[in-house]
Amino acid sequence: MIRIQTEDFEVGSELAAMSAGNGRIGAVVTFTGLVRGGNGADDVQAIELEHYPAMTHRSLEQLEAEARARFDLIDVLIIHRIGHLPAGAQIVLVITSSAHRQAAFDGANFLMDRLKTTAPFWKSETRSGQKKWVDMKDSDIARADRWTTD
Amino acid sequence: MVYFAWVRERIGRAEENLEPPKSVATLDQLLDWLVTLGPEYRLALGDRRAIRAAINQEHAGWDARLPDGCPDGFEVALFPPVTGG
Repeated sequence: MIRIQTEDFEVGSELAAMSAGNGRIGAVVTFTGLVRGGNGADDVQAIELEHYPAMTHRSLEQLEAEARARFDLIDVLIIHRIGHLPAGAQIVLVITSSAHRQAAFDGANFLMDRLKTTAPFWKSETRSGQKKWVDMKDSDIARADRWTTD
Repeated sequence: MVYFAWVRERIGRAEENLEPPKSVATLDQLLDWLVTLGPEYRLALGDRRAIRAAINQEHAGWDARLPDGCPDGFEVALFPPVTGG
C-alpha cells in the first residue's frame, strides 16, 4: 500500500495494523527516514519536499510490485510525506512483512534504495534562512544499482 | 510540459502547452528546440546531464521517441535527478 501525505505518521500503529490478523507473518521490518538537522552552525532548519503528483503514486506502486515479485513478501507499506518538514521530522516509512526475516530485510532495503533514485520527489533544504535544492548523491545511485540484475 | 524543482524555478512556470515543430521526434530533439525558446530555457535545460525526463509519467531516456498521433497530446516532464526518501 502506498500513501503520500503532508501529515505525520505513527510508526507503532502502522506496524500494529500491518501485523494484525495475519498468522503467516513471522517477520516485520520497518524503516523510518528523518530530516537530518546536524549540530553545527550550518544546521538544516527544515526541508521542503516537492513531488510530481501524476507520477508519484504510480512510480511507488511499480516499486512495490517489483519488490513483491523479487522477495517473498506478505505485505508492503510505503508512506512518503510532502511539503514543509522541520529538522527531526519523519519523512518516509517503509514496512515489509514476510514469513521469514531475510525477505522482509531485503525487501525494505530494496524499496528504500530504489525509491531514492526513481520516485519523483525533490528536496530543498533551508540553512541559515537560505533555501537550496539538494543534489543527487552518487552513493545513492551506486546503492540502487546493486539491485540491477542482467 | 511540466517542470519540477529548480527546472521549474529557472523556467519560471510549472507547466505550459507547447507545440514543437513536426521535425521534433525524440526527447533529445525536444530539448534542442526548447533551448531556442529563450534564455530561461537555456538556463534551466542547457546542461542535459543535470536533467531527467518522463513521458506520460514514465521515466524516459534522451533517445526516447515522443508519442505521435495522440489527439490530446502527451505530457513531458523535465526535472533534476530525484532526491526523495
